[in-house]
Amino acid sequence: MSFINYMAREINCKLVYYGPGLCGKTTNLQYIYERTNPEAKGKMISLATETERTLFFDFLPLSLGEIRGFKTRFHLYTVPGQVFYDASRKLILKGVDGVIFVADSQIERTEANLESVENLRTNLAEQGYSLDKLPYVVQYNKRDLPNVASLEELRQMINPTNVPDFEAVARTGVGVFDTLKAVAKLVLTELKKGS
Amino acid sequence: MINPQMVMYEEEFNQIQAVVDRLVRDANAKVVFIVDKNGQLIAASGDIDNIDTTSLASLTAGNIAATGGMAKLLKENEFATQFHEGEKANIHIQLVGNRVILVVIFDSRSSLGLVRLRVKKASEELNHIFESLLKKVQEPGADSPFAEITDEDIDNLFND
Repeated sequence: MSFINYMAREINCKLVYYGPGLCGKTTNLQYIYERTNPEAKGKMISLATETERTLFFDFLPLSLGEIRGFKTRFHLYTVPGQVFYDASRKLILKGVDGVIFVADSQIERTEANLESVENLRTNLAEQGYSLDKLPYVVQYNKRDLPNVASLEELRQMINPTNVPDFEAVARTGVGVFDTLKAVAKLVLTELKKGS
Repeated sequence: MINPQMVMYEEEFNQIQAVVDRLVRDANAKVVFIVDKNGQLIAASGDIDNIDTTSLASLTAGNIAATGGMAKLLKENEFATQFHEGEKANIHIQLVGNRVILVVIFDSRSSLGLVRLRVKKASEELNHIFESLLKKVQEPGADSPFAEITDEDIDNLFND
């Protein structure tokens, strides 16, 4: 749920990075954090376990600049990917304006990807959202690894509705900003329509 | 529309800010702020230059969401109040009208009793303000400033 503040002349939107455990959601945020000017970002918060697995969420506030005199701010969240943290994932989807699904391109993670997309769909539906109506993009991460599925295979499995999708290597930043920009654009376009 | 917007107008903002400013004084608090349930900061008052209100807002909302999840499992509606006691700072978190979260940070110059008392009164006032704000937002003709933005405006945002 975007928040338009006429007083502060700000518009705030919430983006959520979703995907199976260890697919690179937190790595996406870390890369964005490292490569953003200090004045455009806030502190990155990671609620993680001692072994750096996300426990509740990561959070990164970003400013993207102004549209018609309104500052656009995006709040980036990740969910914990591990299957048993489902209750937490549901909470983080509340009030979401746009979703990025980060898929792990490795062949052995095929099932985990599919399970996670299905879980995303179910959890959104529980909150009254439909994945087909929400600003939504897909990122195929870890393209640099040797044992990855082909782009065609991944598309067929994870992106049957043909939303904007991107190949990425989040560790080195390939595709990270392209993915973010694509979903941010969709969210702003939705705001334009939704008024 | 699947995603109802939260909108803040100048009139209501000023009313909310007045309540928050007064609560800082009446409760002897260090900082008071209001967050919506999605973690967006709505208003803040007190010694806010020395704390990261954006991060606190997001964590508060996460906290309320997690507590709400626990409540649901226990077949409770909500746990509307939370209190965290530290060595120097304490945090009192109050859910207002199941819509926004009122957070009071205070130290030994105040007390939990005083904070609770003042929060109760402020919550009632805030509830009224947010109710009327909600009505205003739902009125037809409440245009979004984004109705007129062009694809070009959006593209320009991403030209590095």
